[in-house]
Amino acid sequence: MQIELIYILILAGFVGFEIIKKVTPTLHTPLMSATNAISGISLVGSLVAAGSDHFTGQVLGFIAVTAATINVVGGFMITERMLKMFKKKEKKS
Amino acid sequence: MNYAMELVYLVSSVLFILGLKGLSHPESARRGMHMAELGMLFAVVGTLVGGKIVTWEWIITGIAIGSAIGAAMSIFMPMTAMPQRIALSHAFGALAAVLVGVNEYIEKGHLGELSNGLMSAIGFEVLFGALTVTGSLMAFGKLNEMIKGAPITYKGQNAVNITMFLVAVCMFVYLIFFPYNYMMFYAMIAVSFLIGVFIVLPIGGADMPVVISLMNSYAGLAAAATGFAIDNKVLIIAGSLDGSSGFILSIIMSKAMNRSFGNVLFGAVGAPQVETAGLAEARPITKFGIEDTKFVLEQAERVVIVPGYGMAVAQAQHAVRELSDELEKRKIKVEFAIHPVAGRMPGHMNVLLAEANVSYDQLLEMEMINPTMDSVDVCIVIGANDVVNPAARTEKSSPIYGMPIIDVDKAKTVIVMKRSMATGFAGIENPLFYEPNTKMLFGDAKTVMQELVAEFKKR
Repeated sequence: MQIELIYILILAGFVGFEIIKKVTPTLHTPLMSATNAISGISLVGSLVAAGSDHFTGQVLGFIAVTAATINVVGGFMITERMLKMFKKKEKKS
Repeated sequence: MNYAMELVYLVSSVLFILGLKGLSHPESARRGMHMAELGMLFAVVGTLVGGKIVTWEWIITGIAIGSAIGAAMSIFMPMTAMPQRIALSHAFGALAAVLVGVNEYIEKGHLGELSNGLMSAIGFEVLFGALTVTGSLMAFGKLNEMIKGAPITYKGQNAVNITMFLVAVCMFVYLIFFPYNYMMFYAMIAVSFLIGVFIVLPIGGADMPVVISLMNSYAGLAAAATGFAIDNKVLIIAGSLDGSSGFILSIIMSKAMNRSFGNVLFGAVGAPQVETAGLAEARPITKFGIEDTKFVLEQAERVVIVPGYGMAVAQAQHAVRELSDELEKRKIKVEFAIHPVAGRMPGHMNVLLAEANVSYDQLLEMEMINPTMDSVDVCIVIGANDVVNPAARTEKSSPIYGMPIIDVDKAKTVIVMKRSMATGFAGIENPLFYEPNTKMLFGDAKTVMQELVAEFKKR
């Protein structure tokens, strides 16, 4: 295992901490569905497995691709749906 | 991995970070999400183009099925069911991580390339992944009321959980040194699946915000461990963003509930049902009717509405918004004070109110509203109880002492809308109800609200 990967993990953790701290509590539910969609990045690993030439890899990868895609597509769509609801009232005079 | 792909992944990572940064304000949030979506697109297309893909049929079928299910889940899921939906998708994300881990184990096992380092990464991945899968499914079941929502406890529960956890850790350590023991590997996954089930069993519905946040964090850690296993940096970055997000949210939730992490996980919650019924009979309360309420509200200049989960259960949010509109027509300032645990997951109440067309600048956090509470003329509490209980401030003996609350009792008049005098989740008597400035308005939140709105619309 390369030490640089641990560097990345820890530094990204700090970046995450600082950014998430600034997220307004009003948007904590969209935040969770957004990070959920982003964690669907496992899709990248799943794609490689599903696209390999071993049968087991293909089957495991296929299920993984399906599950991860549900997260990516579903996660981003529901986040958009929620964020659309957050409107500022226009003064109807 | 070649440089072009590394570069694409780097761009994706930056877009993810910028995307989450957008969530710091409702105005920039949607732009942020578009960036994150673009980042995901780059990562996927980059992998498909440069990732040594030899067969396509599995990939195409998987993406097609996944997109269809994902889209259907997002379009048809009502906003009240958001916690269940999120819990379910944590399970999906973690499942993907587990399967990628298992595949990596089989593949590298065949080649005889399971180094200690690789085995540690795969081990973390499947451990966190597997317990997140079953833990999230349990949370989903409880929130969806397919499993009894109340805590399920038995004697020696903590001992059983800790033993299982230790067994899993021992198996993991063994595997790091002897990675080719296949039986041990699958047994470890099985134990981890069990742990997920058992740790969520004793946790009650009211504590679900912490569990969901924690599972969010674990799903992220599993993704980050996947990154280590397959040497992919964008997975590590996205995973640790997710991990820290879930971690911060769980801390916020635990604090707001006046509980420590350990207490939520091992506390076998909800057990102490304090009986203080005698007290309730002894002291007088002031009852209010619809007309009294309207009269008081009309005299007010500033009104604060404190919604609790009871409002969402009664589906009263639209009626509440109508009331707010009626009041604003009369030049009365209306704000909503949201306690961090007002819903079933972080920020849930805000989403429910936004869905009912409440403007987001009317949604105020507890910390923002509390210092100005003295100048509030009328505070309406709907379906909330423990989060407005002044005993948290004053009574050292109270189980909720020290819990941050919305100081509604400091408002000039408090109108508490409630079904009955029953206690909240914590089963604690609320002295607020007996304060001289508190008026009780009994009934179903939705019905009462609608009657009140109708009363306002009469003229």
